[in-house]
Amino acid sequence: MAQDDLLDLLGTDSLTKSYSTASFKSTRVINGHSIENVAHGVLDFRISHRMGFVNEGVSNFFGLDQATIRLGLDYGITDRIMVGIGRSSYQKTLDGLVKYKLLKQCDAGCSMPVTLVLVATTAMTTLSAEQVPWYGEGRQDYLTHRLSYNFQAVLGRKFSDDFSFQLSPGLVHRNLVATEAERNDLLNVGFGGRAKVSKRVAITGEYFYVLPDQGPRDPFHNSLALGVDIETGGHVFQLQFTNSTGMFERAFITETTGDFFNGDIHFGFNISRVFTIYDPKAKARRKAAEQVK
Amino acid sequence: MNQVQALFCASLALLPLLSNAQDKYGSRDGEITFFSQAPLEDITAVNRKAASVFVPASGALEFSTLIKAFEFEKALMQEHFNENYMESGAFPKATFKGRLVAEEGDDLTKSGTHSVGVEGVLTIHGVEKPLSTTGTLEVTSDGKIKATSKFSVSPEDHGISIPGVVREKIAKEISISVNISYAKL
Repeated sequence: MAQDDLLDLLGTDSLTKSYSTASFKSTRVINGHSIENVAHGVLDFRISHRMGFVNEGVSNFFGLDQATIRLGLDYGITDRIMVGIGRSSYQKTLDGLVKYKLLKQCDAGCSMPVTLVLVATTAMTTLSAEQVPWYGEGRQDYLTHRLSYNFQAVLGRKFSDDFSFQLSPGLVHRNLVATEAERNDLLNVGFGGRAKVSKRVAITGEYFYVLPDQGPRDPFHNSLALGVDIETGGHVFQLQFTNSTGMFERAFITETTGDFFNGDIHFGFNISRVFTIYDPKAKARRKAAEQVK
Repeated sequence: MNQVQALFCASLALLPLLSNAQDKYGSRDGEITFFSQAPLEDITAVNRKAASVFVPASGALEFSTLIKAFEFEKALMQEHFNENYMESGAFPKATFKGRLVAEEGDDLTKSGTHSVGVEGVLTIHGVEKPLSTTGTLEVTSDGKIKATSKFSVSPEDHGISIPGVVREKIAKEISISVNISYAKL
């Protein structure tokens, strides 16, 4: 019997299931969520910055004089479930999220062509009542008026080592909106993609399209973002140009005031740093390491 | 040829049917561990899903395993290992094709502990390199064989490029340990 046939004797199930990894270098494409989760036991510390508008000219140093910031922590409860909290300086918003990986794209040993991730986020404005522009005199400051929610299904695929693309249809629900005519619920679709240009550098792009005929949308625009991801040992640096000021879903999907093609562009960056808090396979690995040494 | 000689030749021809010459042993969950000891960092990873087939009579030996099955302490390290160093998308498996060489006069089908030589071709990251090392076989009477071996591999030999920034974090020679229990197929 020829030597080539030997391993065939074990049958085709001799090789284990292998799932796609690292479709995107981070859990966010730019503003919105990607199909990646943080791994089990890993804590991801995220600092996101957006400067002012580039078209403000040299007196504001092309926007660098101003900054909006979001600080966030994401944690992987399991390989499929991620939770996160964050606080943005934009409207002093606290946000929380749960992200669940429902389907995992399979490389070998199974057949699933896509990854499907469900995201639910809640955001709460912590501005005092007088600071919220559309509060009238004498109105009751209900907590529920400060809340908004976002639900998304992110469907994506790693087409090759160098290219990934995803679609994220979703719904933003705002408990209270400024006028009668504005809708509380806004359906939208996000498009996100990345193309690797080298092992550690990738170009990313993202666009959120709010479906038409959902009430007046002036003066808001759809969110567009273009960026570069640079990965070093434990950090991912995401540099980007976007017309969106806020960094949580209600803000960038429904409240983007900047017109990208008019120069209302924020330069910004996200820095992601991961820490391994808990290693789910530590015991088994220690046993094996003993045998090598 | 007289009748006795003819009968003798005939019985010789029948011998292969009586002996265990074509027994094949296999395993789907062999354990392969690699250990990199470098000035700035020690790295260990374990792969518990190595597949292998071994034919004691001819000494034929084959291994195959998915690179993505190597488990690291840090998930990010595992991701970098696959994405940046091993390029698991392009080269999903590591394989070994070769044979065990028993010591002079040693019968590998007999129970007991045997020292063996291992010779063959190791393919990692798509690059083939000859491998020559030693190992130990423990053959038990219930038809199981436990095999262990230790050897070193250099990443550069298999076309794995290590950037200067992290050169001091990865050993020039990575020690690999194989531990596998075969059962008759």
